[in-house]
Amino acid sequence: MIEARGLTKRYGTTTAVDDLSFTVEPGRITGFLGPNGAGKTTTMRLILGLDRPTAGAVTIHGKPFGQLAYPMREVGALLDAKAVHGGRSAYNHLLCLAQTNNLPRRRVGEVLELVGLQEVARKRSRGFSLGMGQRLGIAGALLGDPAILMFDEPVNGLDPEGILWIRNLMKNLAAQGRTVFVSSHLMSEMENTADHLIVIGRGRLIADCTVAEFIERNSQQAVRVRTPHGDELTKAVTAAGGTVRDDADGRLLITGLATAQVGDLAYDNGVRLHELASAQASLEEAFMELTGAAVEFRAQQLDSPGGTNAGPGSGPDGGQDQPVLTGGGV
Amino acid sequence: MAATTVQAARPAALPEAAGQAGLRGTLASELTKIRSTRSTWWTLLALIVVTVGFGALASFGATRGGPRGPGFDATTHSLGGLYLGQLIIAVLGALVITSEYSTGMIRTSLTAMPRRSTVFAAKALVFGLVALVVGLITSFVSFFLGQAIMSSDHINASLGQPGVLRAVIGGALFLTACGLLAFGIGMMLRHTAGAITTAIGLLFVLTVLVQFLPQSWQDHVDKWIPALAGSQIWQVKPSIGGTPMFSAWGGFAVLAGYAVLALIGGLILFLRRDA
Repeated sequence: MIEARGLTKRYGTTTAVDDLSFTVEPGRITGFLGPNGAGKTTTMRLILGLDRPTAGAVTIHGKPFGQLAYPMREVGALLDAKAVHGGRSAYNHLLCLAQTNNLPRRRVGEVLELVGLQEVARKRSRGFSLGMGQRLGIAGALLGDPAILMFDEPVNGLDPEGILWIRNLMKNLAAQGRTVFVSSHLMSEMENTADHLIVIGRGRLIADCTVAEFIERNSQQAVRVRTPHGDELTKAVTAAGGTVRDDADGRLLITGLATAQVGDLAYDNGVRLHELASAQASLEEAFMELTGAAVEFRAQQLDSPGGTNAGPGSGPDGGQDQPVLTGGGV
Repeated sequence: MAATTVQAARPAALPEAAGQAGLRGTLASELTKIRSTRSTWWTLLALIVVTVGFGALASFGATRGGPRGPGFDATTHSLGGLYLGQLIIAVLGALVITSEYSTGMIRTSLTAMPRRSTVFAAKALVFGLVALVVGLITSFVSFFLGQAIMSSDHINASLGQPGVLRAVIGGALFLTACGLLAFGIGMMLRHTAGAITTAIGLLFVLTVLVQFLPQSWQDHVDKWIPALAGSQIWQVKPSIGGTPMFSAWGGFAVLAGYAVLALIGGLILFLRRDA
């Protein structure tokens, strides 16, 4: 279990993480969401003690990371797959990590096999592809057979095969009862994998709930209807307390009524329906809606001459800092 | 999801462990790190070849009408390559830590072992030990090869003569101290180029620059210059009519003092800064 209480990190005048409190519960995948630059990487660095918080604290099983007896046996983390010495072989890289926690040498072979790198174990990691590097990083995280796993944007830059592999791996790890804490700026990714969400924007907590709750709370359930008798249906729906608007494709989007209610209304009023479907807003849309304000504000800051977007803390994911969501959110 | 039941179903990949991760494992880890990069082996090979080679050349020069006054010190002559060796060990000392920063490996290292003073101690101890062992090999090979060359002229020294064994072992201590000085600087600066430049500036450039000072100044300054002070430990006879210097161990203590200051500075910054 990871517990953050009032976690704050400032770099000079830039506040990367702002009074963040959350709990990552065991035995499920918790998605850590936010636009690029929201403070996800900084938060993870604070959890691992790489950065010192300006205020607040974060503990793992009640202790700061640095005080865990065998850190690798409790937390396996992959923040940046490129953070290895490229001149060292995969085997020696993992061996030097394993030795710090007195892990047996055989464990290195086991994790190499687990991630499918046994063939290149003696090769220097400098020549590894992005996907292989990611597997090496995951092998390192799994060395201590930890109950908690932390991944920072693990699918970034991977090909579809690599993405699928990571996704299945995370599901397997969670199914084994482990805590998986994974950050992403992509909603679609979390929709497929996460059980629970912690959403942040500009370093502040925006939501802490299940994926289902998140969508329910932050988007309106709509019913999509196609009918040749639009006017009559609109009248009936409005009378029943629903709202109707035209969708771009000549369909009607009805909110405020359940799909079954809309179907019943149509039947009662003799309205012919060609299509009746419940349209649920995706996590992506819900996320955009929720972080829209935060992103918008950031975009304005960017325009001002003094405003800098990347604090020193966003260094590790600096390469990923394209304003993917900035464009969509505004 | 019932976390407890699922957790029980997962076979434990590792046996239970008592105590906590500490210096012993971290020392093993640092030893693996230092031996598993090619740069280590190349640098150490260069250290031996250059130091021994230059010492042999200087010894050969002495047999061909080199300086042979009453102050002629055959031991120091055979160890003359240390002037170059100190720069090479400084490069390795800086690289041991700056390569972790330039590759980002330091973040992975500290995620495995977050107790920074332990990481610092293990790094310094392993590098210091490697430098000492390779320094001893370098120093003894330089001495024996140099004396063998000079024996043709019967101007050679032997280990049994007073101060000679101390000087040869001192050569290794000198290299170790220079390496640790660079390691401390590397810890502070975290950049390879900056750390190597600074270390070489302190050890070599400074030594050359003071030669241009007025003699009256040199009388007060020279003995405090790191490489000049430290080199006293690998000299058997004090240079005659030269600038006043500290004793062998006194001079070495000055160099070691600079190294300790650099290490303390490096440790303080390592503990305080974000990685």
